[in-house]
Amino acid sequence: MTKRYAMAVDTRRCVGCNACVIACKTENALPEGGFRDWVVQEVHGTFPDLSMQIRSERCNHCADTPCVAACPTGASHVGEGGVVLVNRSKCTGCKACMASCPYGARYVTPQGFVDKCTFCLHRVERGKGPACVETCPTRSLTFGDLADPASPVAQLVARRSHAVLQPEAGTRPHVFFLT
Amino acid sequence: MSVTRRQFIQIGAAGAGAAAVGSGLATRWWGLDRDPTPDPRTDGDAVVPTYCELCFWGCGVLAHVKDGRVTKVTGNPAHPLSRGMLCPRGAGATGLLYDPDRLRQPLLRVSDRGEDRFEPVSWDAALNRVAEGLERVKQRHGTEALALFTHGSGGVWFKQLMKAWGSSNIGAPSYAQCRGPREAAFQVTFGTPLGSPEPLDLANARCITLIGSHLGENMHNTQVQELAEAVGKGAQLVVVDPRFSVAASKARYWLPIKPGTDIALLLAWIHVLLEERLYDADYLAQHANGLEELKAHVATATPEWAGPITGLAPALIRDSARLIGAARPASLVHPGRHTVWYGDDTQRERAMSILVALLGNWGRRGGYVLQQKYPLAGYPHGGPPPPATRPKVDKPKGGLYPLASEVLASGLCDATRPGQALYDLKAWLVYGCNLVQAMPDRPRLLEAIQALELLVAVDVLPSEICGFADVVLPEATYLERDDDVWNGPWRRPFIAARQAAVPPMYDTKPGWWIVKELAAKVGLADHFPWKDAQDFVKARLAVKGESWETLKLTGVLLGAEAPTCEEEGADLSFETESGKIELFSKDLEEAGFDPLPVYRPQEEGPPGSFRLLSGRAPLHTFGRTVNNRLLAEPYPENEVWLNADAARALPGLGGRALANGEKVVLVNQDGVRSNPVRVKLTQRIRGDCVYLVHGWGQTARRQRYAFGRGASDAHLTTRVKIDPIMGGTGMNGNFVRVERAPEVA
Amino acid sequence: MTELDVARHSHLVDPQLHVWGWEIPAYLFLGGMAAGVMVLASRLLDRPGERSRALRWLPFAAPLLVSAGMAALFLDLEHKLFVWRFYLAFRWTSPMSWGAWILLLVYPVSLLVALTALDDEQAGWLADQSGPLGRAVRAARGWALPRAFALRRANVAVGIGLGLYTGILLSTLGARALWSSALLGPLFLVSGLSTGAALLLLFPLEAEERHLLARWDLLAIGAELVLLLLFLVGLASGGAAAHAAAGLLLGGRFGAAFWGLVVVAGLAVPALLELLEARRLLRPTAVAPALVLAGGLALRWIVVTAGQL
Ligand SMILES: Nc1nc2c(c(=O)[nH]1)N[C@H]1C(S)=C(S)[C@@H](COP(=O)(O)OP(=O)(O)OC[C@H]3O[C@@H](n4cnc5c(=O)[nH]c(N)nc54)[C@H](O)[C@@H]3O)O[C@H]1N2
Ligand SMILES: Nc1nc2c(c(=O)[nH]1)N[C@H]1C(S)=C(S)[C@@H](COP(=O)(O)OP(=O)(O)OC[C@H]3O[C@@H](n4cnc5c(=O)[nH]c(N)nc54)[C@H](O)[C@@H]3O)O[C@H]1N2
Ligand code: SF4
Ligand code: SF4
Ligand code: SF4
Ligand code: SF4
Ligand code: SF4
Ligand SMILES: [Mo]
Repeated sequence: MTKRYAMAVDTRRCVGCNACVIACKTENALPEGGFRDWVVQEVHGTFPDLSMQIRSERCNHCADTPCVAACPTGASHVGEGGVVLVNRSKCTGCKACMASCPYGARYVTPQGFVDKCTFCLHRVERGKGPACVETCPTRSLTFGDLADPASPVAQLVARRSHAVLQPEAGTRPHVFFLT
Repeated sequence: MSVTRRQFIQIGAAGAGAAAVGSGLATRWWGLDRDPTPDPRTDGDAVVPTYCELCFWGCGVLAHVKDGRVTKVTGNPAHPLSRGMLCPRGAGATGLLYDPDRLRQPLLRVSDRGEDRFEPVSWDAALNRVAEGLERVKQRHGTEALALFTHGSGGVWFKQLMKAWGSSNIGAPSYAQCRGPREAAFQVTFGTPLGSPEPLDLANARCITLIGSHLGENMHNTQVQELAEAVGKGAQLVVVDPRFSVAASKARYWLPIKPGTDIALLLAWIHVLLEERLYDADYLAQHANGLEELKAHVATATPEWAGPITGLAPALIRDSARLIGAARPASLVHPGRHTVWYGDDTQRERAMSILVALLGNWGRRGGYVLQQKYPLAGYPHGGPPPPATRPKVDKPKGGLYPLASEVLASGLCDATRPGQALYDLKAWLVYGCNLVQAMPDRPRLLEAIQALELLVAVDVLPSEICGFADVVLPEATYLERDDDVWNGPWRRPFIAARQAAVPPMYDTKPGWWIVKELAAKVGLADHFPWKDAQDFVKARLAVKGESWETLKLTGVLLGAEAPTCEEEGADLSFETESGKIELFSKDLEEAGFDPLPVYRPQEEGPPGSFRLLSGRAPLHTFGRTVNNRLLAEPYPENEVWLNADAARALPGLGGRALANGEKVVLVNQDGVRSNPVRVKLTQRIRGDCVYLVHGWGQTARRQRYAFGRGASDAHLTTRVKIDPIMGGTGMNGNFVRVERAPEVA
Repeated sequence: MTELDVARHSHLVDPQLHVWGWEIPAYLFLGGMAAGVMVLASRLLDRPGERSRALRWLPFAAPLLVSAGMAALFLDLEHKLFVWRFYLAFRWTSPMSWGAWILLLVYPVSLLVALTALDDEQAGWLADQSGPLGRAVRAARGWALPRAFALRRANVAVGIGLGLYTGILLSTLGARALWSSALLGPLFLVSGLSTGAALLLLFPLEAEERHLLARWDLLAIGAELVLLLLFLVGLASGGAAAHAAAGLLLGGRFGAAFWGLVVVAGLAVPALLELLEARRLLRPTAVAPALVLAGGLALRWIVVTAGQL
């Protein structure tokens, strides 16, 4: 059974505190200004009839990856469990992948290669969860193997109503926002 | 040699082929074509358990140390307050440790107070200067003329110093500028203040009611964790807030109340609970006094009465009351924490505590539960007895604020202005308090500061208060120092270790070292027999035969489980006069206050002005993290929240409507002007108030990033509504006009 | 009413969403022009009989233009040291990759064609100038001459490939509504042809050559107008995003530039002028070609920039 890593983000629990963002920055030693995840607050309505959705967003590790397709060197590739990675030693910084990502999930590091969320594969390989998942004080983030029906993430996606970002882009995202 | 056409082609072909193969091989050799898992390698070679100091909650953390640097700080799963999870500030601790603007060595002031001009000196020189100053004050005014402001773990050492020195004037802004009214009210009603961390079982509540307290922005870690847990289990939220807070966005009922009218709402809720018999009659019969008086008191406080006052639909008041009542006993009305709003705050908290009683929520699962402190002995080898001292002087002459249970920091400031109190304070030790932002009415504060003969600030950053100090003593950050253990109360008692992950950077020193050295210089060495903080802690542990080695390993020692609520077999007792819950308070009556909460209208602001409210941003702790580059990245400056429709109706904008994100200046009723600050035009706040996150608008030049960013609510808080019951400094009584910021050329 | 609040103030992420600056439009423009030169010069050279001195040299324009374009592309790379990585992989899904390799094809083919275009005395002179490479030049020309026709066919093919590629590069980046149109390839191709023609027209050619070029340019311009129309119709009839994109060109921030520079100055006016010139009603001037070139550059600049909004 081949793994398929995915993440569920519980927008009912998330308070938008940014702990996931800071944890990611320190875990992955991101450069100043570099973000692999970020928080979006979307407010609808007029006072006092308001609703707000808070989302912790990151690369969706899409099943259909325009970013990988657009990469001329193979630097952008699909790694273990469908995780979309950039091999910086192949990256020319041509930014075709960025131009093709509908989610703005990638950025250019000061050294000139493109960086993005790795699902903390280096931690996952050591049996740990991603840094953002582990620090989240509200336990809003659930990471795991979607291919394993018993995994918490598969259970959540099966049980809870959810949405993905810009389904119309046809990228088949694997970050699911529970509503 | 001459090349024929054929040769040429051959050469060409061969060359091309070779190139292709070569490059292929080449990359093999360099291994560049394998796609290794990217690994930032930030896991520590050493992982040091300690507890966080980015705020005062005290979560257990693991500091990862690699090549002598702290690479990251993560939650300690063994620690009851963090349970392995951190809030953003805790996760951003390295942003403080490696802040390029940190204090690096002791500083002596070389010009007038407040001009913020200093020269670096040796520790010896600095501490001599402090010692001289202290001795001089002692000769002229007595030991009690020295006051200590302290907030944070290292304060323990300085309190010991004060004891030995002979002054009980020890205060923190975390009482009269923070929890005070709540503590007084719950003391009156249930016989015990709540303290910190609050004894709340949020996780098991079925309904949680928040009056202001904006959990989710207020990031007291454990409470946010449990709030989410409760929501996950389907708990309903009722959120009362003029602002559509994060918590409000998760609420079943959001009550966008008119600021300052909460007492009316609370009385109406109580009215509904009583009228519709939604309260816990047996519980009250068994545990409480004054139900009849209460019934009579709220007889006319109907939702229809409260509606126009609070700006809330009576139906909304009634429905929310029913939801709250239906969920009892696990219906938790959060007591709030920063409760100094309008000067009637103890009474508002009283009304909240009465609600807690009516719901039978005190002593019940999903409510106010019982906590214990880990039974840790004090330091065994006591030195000489401390000298007798004159009583503390934080209350003005004529002894006001009878129910204050802690020292009023604001009172200490006032006692420094000559002739205000029984005797004048002449010297301040300020440990870990930025009084400039923490205290309302800055002119009054500065008056006090200018009257001082000695001001010593112990800080990690060149914060605003340091700018006014005569001597600035740079402390090592929490990641670089040992301290006493954390020993607060909790459902399952525990203690947590504070241990250095890396040695102090620059010429900074831990609090214990500073105190020990200073004590020696003022002849109090024998009050400090311990070698260092670790020696001190070891001695305390040794008394009951506990070992430091086990504590240092996991960072935590758990005590024995004890029942925390009736469901677990705890029996309820109340340390009030009557031994019962006092719905009606004789104490208050005798002291000349309303024995039951009464709603009295707050005065309105001048026309066209907005009530100034303040609160928290999840990424920051007051002003102390504004200079933290890591935390500042996602939240670089505060914005003033202004209702988008109210903004359209603003006068004096020269025809051009305000644009979202445009810079404005706030001008309060006394003409005080704020820094230019971005305006957040939003539907998320009422039209009669504006909102600032507290801590910005810093005036400390040496905090290069923070300096001048955003606007300071404290600076605009020149009107203070003192709570007559406990002396809290109500801060929400200020009104501001909004002006477009002048274009900077 | 909707309020969107992204807690990400990052100069590394968000400004970069505006991924490409001036370099890529310049690269696409020069590449397109090179393509035009390759195709049209080859066709002109196919004609029997006398060739103008200019035309004999002009095929060299293609490799020169391509080199300039590649220089622009290189300037845009954030990780320049790794440019060689383009040539350790061929990724058929990536137009960037296609482009990189096509550009390599352009050199041998266009250079050989250029050599065959020279007469012996010119070639001799060139070889003498080429110092150590002289021999190679002579050998190459010697090898190419008998194959001149085939090489010109190849040149046309590669040229068309290059022209199409400059459009396809954008159209495969589906994330951007404005770009996700299959018509961009053909559009940029014909635009490339007409800019190529315009470039050639700037040189002293024989009346007949001039006449042919002008005609082809007119055809190209006509085709370009049709394709532009279809392109816009496609957008306008597409989803909301596509709609917004179309709006950008027709009315929005780029409206003025698009109508003024591209449609009127870059297409309509030169078309008219060339018509009159063709009717011998007007003495041929550099005006029409210059306008076409400006229009071609504007088109690429607008599409690349507007596509990133
Ligand atoms: N991230 C972060 N978390 C923190 C802190 C921090 O600095 N940063 N500080 C910690 C400390 S020490 C404390 S004391 C707490 C303070 O946190 P809280 O106890 O939650 O403080 P409040 O003043 O109750 O919260 C302000 C909220 O009250 C609302 N409010 C203002 N006026 C009124 C009113 O008249 N009625 C009602 N119903 N609501 C009103 C405001 O809109 C705002 O949402 O936070 C703690 N947690
Ligand atoms: N206008 C207004 N005033 C308020 C509030 C408000 O919301 N609005 N909130 C009130 C509340 S709830 C509270 S609790 C108080 C809090 O007020 P304070 O207790 O003054 O807390 P901070 O403002 O965080 O100031 C902390 C100071 O300690 C320094 N510091 C940080 N870490 C260390 C350390 O490890 N060692 C030492 N020695 N120093 C350190 C920081 O640099 C900073 O100068 O403010 C109150 N004042
Ligand atoms: S840490 Fe958790 S709660 Fe905070 S923003 Fe990220 S996902 Fe939301
Ligand atoms: S989110 Fe963007 S970067 Fe991530 S896989 Fe999808 S397209 Fe690629
Ligand atoms: S920037 Fe790097 S990863 Fe992205 S497409 Fe270009 S080479 Fe591939
Ligand atoms: S999974 Fe890892 S890399 Fe991705 S956002 Fe979370 S912490 Fe960052
Ligand atoms: S709540 Fe956050 S800042 Fe406060 S102690 Fe816990 S982790 Fe540290
Ligand atoms: Mo506080």
